[in-house]
Amino acid sequence: MTRIGVVVFPGSNCDTDTLHGLEVAGAEPVALWHEQASLDGVQAVVLPGGFAYGDYLRAGVIARFSPIMRSVSAFAAAGGLVLGICNGFQVLAEAGLVPGALLRNRGLRFLGRDVLITAERNDTAFTWLAGERRPLRMPVAHGEGCYFADDETLDQLERDGQVLFRYVHADGTRAGEAGDPANPNGSLRAIAGVMNAAGNVAGLMPHPERAAEAVLGSEDGLGILRSLVEATRRRAAEGIVPTVAGVVR
Amino acid sequence: MTAPAGGGAGGAGGALPLHRALGVTDDELLAIGDRLGRAPNDLELAIFSVMWSEHCSYKSSRPLLKTLPTEGEGVVAGPGENAGVIDIGDGLAVAFKIESHNHPSAVEPYQGAATGVGGILRDIFTMGARPIAVLDALRFGDPTDARTRHLVDGVVRGVGGYGNCVGVPTVGGELIFDPSYQGNPLVNVMAIGLLETRELTLASAPGPGNLVVLFGSATGRDGIGGASVLASATFTHDDPSKRPSVQVGDPFAEKLLIEASLELITRGLVEGLQDLGAGGISCATSETADRAGTGMLVDLDAVPRREPGMEPFEVMISESQERMLAVILPERRAAVEEVCARWGLPCAVIGRVTADGDIVIVAGGLTDDGHPAPGARELARMPARALTSDAIVHERVASPPARTRKAPAPGAPEAASDGLPERGMDPGAVLLALLGSANLASRQPVFEQYDSTVQTNTVAGPGRGAAVMRVKGTRKALVATTDCNAPVGGIDPWLGAALSVAEATRNISITGARPLGVTNCLNFGDPTRPEAFWQLTEAVRGLGDACRALGLPVTGGNVSLYNESPAGAILPTPEIGVVGLLDDIDRLTGPAFRTEGDLVFLLGAATPGLAASEYARLAGIAPEDGPPVLDLVREMALQRLVRAAIGRGLVASAQDVSAGGFAVAAAECAMWSGLGARLRLRVASSPAVDLFGESPSRIIISGRPQDADDLVRLAAGHGVPIEQVGTVGGSRLVIELAGSGATGAAEERGSRVADALDLPIEELDRVWRTGLSRILGWDAGS
Repeated sequence: MTRIGVVVFPGSNCDTDTLHGLEVAGAEPVALWHEQASLDGVQAVVLPGGFAYGDYLRAGVIARFSPIMRSVSAFAAAGGLVLGICNGFQVLAEAGLVPGALLRNRGLRFLGRDVLITAERNDTAFTWLAGERRPLRMPVAHGEGCYFADDETLDQLERDGQVLFRYVHADGTRAGEAGDPANPNGSLRAIAGVMNAAGNVAGLMPHPERAAEAVLGSEDGLGILRSLVEATRRRAAEGIVPTVAGVVR
Repeated sequence: MTAPAGGGAGGAGGALPLHRALGVTDDELLAIGDRLGRAPNDLELAIFSVMWSEHCSYKSSRPLLKTLPTEGEGVVAGPGENAGVIDIGDGLAVAFKIESHNHPSAVEPYQGAATGVGGILRDIFTMGARPIAVLDALRFGDPTDARTRHLVDGVVRGVGGYGNCVGVPTVGGELIFDPSYQGNPLVNVMAIGLLETRELTLASAPGPGNLVVLFGSATGRDGIGGASVLASATFTHDDPSKRPSVQVGDPFAEKLLIEASLELITRGLVEGLQDLGAGGISCATSETADRAGTGMLVDLDAVPRREPGMEPFEVMISESQERMLAVILPERRAAVEEVCARWGLPCAVIGRVTADGDIVIVAGGLTDDGHPAPGARELARMPARALTSDAIVHERVASPPARTRKAPAPGAPEAASDGLPERGMDPGAVLLALLGSANLASRQPVFEQYDSTVQTNTVAGPGRGAAVMRVKGTRKALVATTDCNAPVGGIDPWLGAALSVAEATRNISITGARPLGVTNCLNFGDPTRPEAFWQLTEAVRGLGDACRALGLPVTGGNVSLYNESPAGAILPTPEIGVVGLLDDIDRLTGPAFRTEGDLVFLLGAATPGLAASEYARLAGIAPEDGPPVLDLVREMALQRLVRAAIGRGLVASAQDVSAGGFAVAAAECAMWSGLGARLRLRVASSPAVDLFGESPSRIIISGRPQDADDLVRLAAGHGVPIEQVGTVGGSRLVIELAGSGATGAAEERGSRVADALDLPIEELDRVWRTGLSRILGWDAGS
């Protein structure tokens, strides 16, 4: 089985959802407690949504200093697959593992509803099974999800293919920035998710784990989770098993 | 409130006697003395003042509440526990309860609402249930008023700020505007939890010698007198001096408290568990002891505090949030401390369970074997019973207002009594006005500020009828709703309460689910006013009558009195929460039309009576015109029919007719599906009654043409009128009116009312979708 770790910070509230979603996607999910340094031999790591440590100061700002995040950073540096969802994305951005920052939603209100996103690339570990380029419907639920970076960085991200997901309209066209309800938080260039330059660490604000079963109204998120699970499985089969100490071949 | 000074209960020199300053009447002071066999000291008096407050003691409502039916299939825990619990099979049970946080929300809307959510969640997980859903029923005054907008904004942010952070989805509720709530908004929050039946934990303190453990947040000076100052007195106005009485919520601490509490329960480490809400430590110690027939020795010095210099009475009655009281076996102390430490929660042994039935407060510490340490001082000693189950009960005087006109009894002649302002009425324009109105427009701008999908169980979220949560690992789903017909209650409180039960349960039944039980939050005025107490009495009678007729237990609830402001009392508002069980989620039926070509049927028949309807609000019809009647036998037959029809797979969609009447219900079926319909409605008495009247016991269903005969037979078998009214299809909603009421009489008067209602769905949807933001002055979009 493909062992994928889900980090549990105090205040994580999508940890069990993510464990469940990964199981639906065919993985053997494992909970990883924030105070532990070991990753318990997992083959990939997911940082789930929630309000880690309460997020009173700023989303993700304290979580990045937790013992487990040192190990996650080392795991990522060694090439391990890491996915951050919602608060997990915020933590990754605070930790500098993915570019950019998540600011307060432009409407200054928490927003919880379905959005449409598309995968900009279908050749990454996080999107290769997400299907042909088409709008994927899944919920967002956040108060700080406005993706921000300077123009130079945004240009570079687009040039290097690091923009992973964008908010779109029903016809697949890119959402606007301010004042377009299709872009729920006013993210620059309608960016919903990005990855690092190496392509092994990614974050997105929408919740694929909440759209992974037909009974919940959408299975569009399952492709994202399955991409991660299957990519992890393949890499393991090829003998690529990153550990905190480095990639073991 | 100031610290009880020396001088005893009689009060110090010349000023208001202490007991009165604390809200204790002279009679009550005597009754306290009777129970103690002596006069209380100041600390005891402060504790009694909180425990005998309306909020904690139900001293005005207890005799009424005893009349409610509490027995029912599968009831595991009923009134008197923190929440009602009903078995749902598969070794699982559902816990649910609704509670008010009205006055705190009026003073400080964000914290008032936030701590309202926190408090009701604790009632749920105290019982060993993981909270899986919140529904919030909110009522405010004029939505165009600046203060109302401030309150709406703060309350909505507070509900979201707390619920979103703790990771419990807000799946439903209400948002209603009525002038009667102008000075006194209502914030009622219902929470639902799921537990393994064997992990049911009760809030009792058994076993003398057991340790009493306080864990969670430290105790501070916030929320001093919340129950007595805020919740149990008539409200004057926005009074900044009352802000210190409002508690401050910390949802992060609550999240940790949920996880730690459930872990303690799952590992079998606690004998009893109680959350600290109104009345703080005083309430938690006395209630748990009284339930077990024990007493408790409490060492005040052991209570972790936020600040030095707190007076004993402050520690005892503080309503600091996110605290729990556990009763544990002495040998499990280390394990309990380990769990709390892992979740980062302070934890302290503050006392021992005793056998003498008294709550004894000491300062100066306890010995290892649980006796006051040498030199310790006894500060208070009160029988636990005297504080809780033997608290004072007041027999209040109830008398109806002189002008009250009772609604016609069931079976009374159903003559049209409506003063119809229908001359020249354009039914299409009325429908659009209703769809865009404050109480009927889409609540999406509010609901989307809540996380409604966390926990990945939400099958149907807020805004389109009852909420539906699947139960992982089973084929089952839980269905929940809140409802209250307060406007009718203002004319006839019995009818308002009975209608509320009928409508809430109907909302459950139209999904195919079977209602399991009822929780209620009774929001009323000052019980010492005979008219207000009459309203409460009548409403409780209506609640009981309706529940008995529908075969449902009342499993718990909450009473909020003194909901008055200088502008007057609120409408009697018996908020009803219902949870239902759907055995097979594949049978789940929604309100939206499903398939082009399906036939549309109306189950039940309209009866006259437009008063207190949304149409009446728009058209200015006086209450004297009378509300519609309710026949509970018909209601029961209707709900049985719709569940049976859904169970047999005969129903594609089902929507009940409620606020806004048939036309609004039909518009919802159409808007939510994107499918139009061509309908022809037979008008018996008046077009307004049939189109916009809110008479109960009606459901619009759609089904496949080949199932029509079976449906008609099934309806006949249940004794429920059924009429085929049209067909699903197209992109417009068309309602033609037929019958004598539509043509002859109306045309004779030169009315245009016989005109068909014919509108594109797109227009209905736009008006419905944008109405609330426009009325509240909120920006559209992000």
